[in-house]
Amino acid sequence: MLVPTNDATTRVALIEARQIVHRRDGRIVLALADWRLNAGEHALVLGPSGSGKTTFINIVTGLLTPTEGQMDVAGEPMSHLPPAARDDLRKRTIGLVFQTLRLIPALTVSDNIALAQHIATGASDPAAVAAIIARVGLSHRADAKPRALSQGEGQRAAIARALITRPRLVVADEPTSALDDANAAAMVDLLFETAESTGATLLVATHDGRIAHRFSNRLILETSALQAAA
Amino acid sequence: MTLSGLSFAYLRDRALNTGLNILLLALGVATLVILLLFSAQLEGRFEKDSEGIDMVVGAKGSPLQLILSSIYHVDVPTGNIPLGALTMLRQQPTVANVIPLALGDSFRSFRIVGTEPGYAALYNAKIADGRMFAKPFEAVIGSEVAARTGATIGQRFVGSHGMGSDEKAHQHEETPFIVSGLLAPTGTVIDRLILTPVESVWDVHGIEHDEQERDEASEHSHKHEAAGRDAAVQGKLEPEVTALLVRFASPLAAVQLPNFINRQTELQAAVPAVEVSRLLALVGIGIDAVRAFAVLLMLTAGLSIFVALLTALRQREGDMAMLRVIGASRAGIVGQIIGEGLILAAAGALFGVVLGHAVIGAAAASFEELRQMGLSALHFEPAEAWIVVAALAIGAFAALIPAIRVFNADIAETLAEAR
Repeated sequence: MLVPTNDATTRVALIEARQIVHRRDGRIVLALADWRLNAGEHALVLGPSGSGKTTFINIVTGLLTPTEGQMDVAGEPMSHLPPAARDDLRKRTIGLVFQTLRLIPALTVSDNIALAQHIATGASDPAAVAAIIARVGLSHRADAKPRALSQGEGQRAAIARALITRPRLVVADEPTSALDDANAAAMVDLLFETAESTGATLLVATHDGRIAHRFSNRLILETSALQAAA
Repeated sequence: MTLSGLSFAYLRDRALNTGLNILLLALGVATLVILLLFSAQLEGRFEKDSEGIDMVVGAKGSPLQLILSSIYHVDVPTGNIPLGALTMLRQQPTVANVIPLALGDSFRSFRIVGTEPGYAALYNAKIADGRMFAKPFEAVIGSEVAARTGATIGQRFVGSHGMGSDEKAHQHEETPFIVSGLLAPTGTVIDRLILTPVESVWDVHGIEHDEQERDEASEHSHKHEAAGRDAAVQGKLEPEVTALLVRFASPLAAVQLPNFINRQTELQAAVPAVEVSRLLALVGIGIDAVRAFAVLLMLTAGLSIFVALLTALRQREGDMAMLRVIGASRAGIVGQIIGEGLILAAAGALFGVVLGHAVIGAAAASFEELRQMGLSALHFEPAEAWIVVAALAIGAFAALIPAIRVFNADIAETLAEAR
């Protein structure tokens, strides 16, 4: 079992993992003792490739059901909900930023964000879309297609899309792995700044040690621990 | 921006591919629409023009040619028959009505038909302006003739010998017609005809006849047959007609009369229903072949849409997974993909219908024969809706397999592959 580095507090837990074990083809790919992340906090899930970071993120976001244990998100048992309810909880609560950004190439920056807003809320609010684009400093690129954006601009657009629904939890999976030092630092700054400005809890999963010092709350996953658990 | 908006955006993003798929489907739809309009309008026109005519009597020859020339006015007549035939038929108790037609001349490609006022009544043609012809060389003009030639009441015109648009044809300058009336449109062959008394045609061609000859024919047929023989001996041209349109008084006539005429006389009897069915069956073989080709085109278009969507979705699997992650339901994503297929199919179907009607319009404008058939681009057939439905079904079906793939996809796995 892994030993989490954060201490449980009396604050409201936004993520609460209880004795999570996940197996793939009979092999343990994630083993985690009790761990929680309180509302408004920022945490880093750190570990090398194959340590189970993505599995952990997928369980938090309800894309994967753990083999054992329970994952609560925003007070609801994400890991035990039926698929439709999991989708709904994710939609209401979580904003995701992917390593490869996953902006839809056929849509402009503005439309990418507006689509996410419409899917999550069932309504369109162009003013809110414009505001979030302005907040990430992309107003001048609102009508650009993703292929015309620089890496940094693309990341800003992806963060804006994750934040448009004002999620309580922002989850970023390997947001800096493809970036140089300056851009990696800028990306973390942006995540901190935007999460704080919306009051969102931030969970970042990475193997990128360069950004570890920015987080006081860290969950370290190691492959050797998995072997021990097995 | 909505998921349906996303469908349009994807299609716009690969405009060339989208355009080619739409064009392919449109060609199939257009071909089917053209065939449908052509065959429906042809059958409709055939039916409408032959309404109230049970039998046509004319000179020996091709019965189909007799029907085409006498009812539809699209072929040359088989020849002329003696006026005595009119008398003979009018004496038959099983015959309700006989209308004579004397053909041979035209005015700017529109046929001049020597006949009786009863011919206009056959098509419920009403006088829109002026009056029905009352004496030789008065003419009543069909609505299309009036529209195309600008003919007005009191206007004089000269007929040309023959039925076509041959500019070198002999002009009957010495025997001009005067327009006495204009017919209201009927949507039948009479719209494209110029009607005049039978005597006008005789006079134009120098055929001598008594003033009351045709009117009294039924009462004094024996006398005229004798007079005819005398005239032949003297080298004079006998009054003749081209064809007789017959309506039976009793169903028994349909069984007896055509056989009687064909076996016992020098005349030929043709039944429109039989000849038209034969013609449509002949034309139908060609139509069926082209129709099969059109269906093949539509299926090819469906396959092309399927390949395009499948290829596009392979490239977009990450997008679809991401949409699921941010909250789009499986049904929403499947709907988006099927919507994309339906948009392609709807655009192809719409374009195809417009193209089909445009081709019909262009063909009618370019070919006199098609115009004479009454082919119109503005005529819509209810069955066109079924062609559109079939095209939409092909579009939806083509999108179904890619949609099922996405429906069954594991989001986490797809994202992991796409990362």
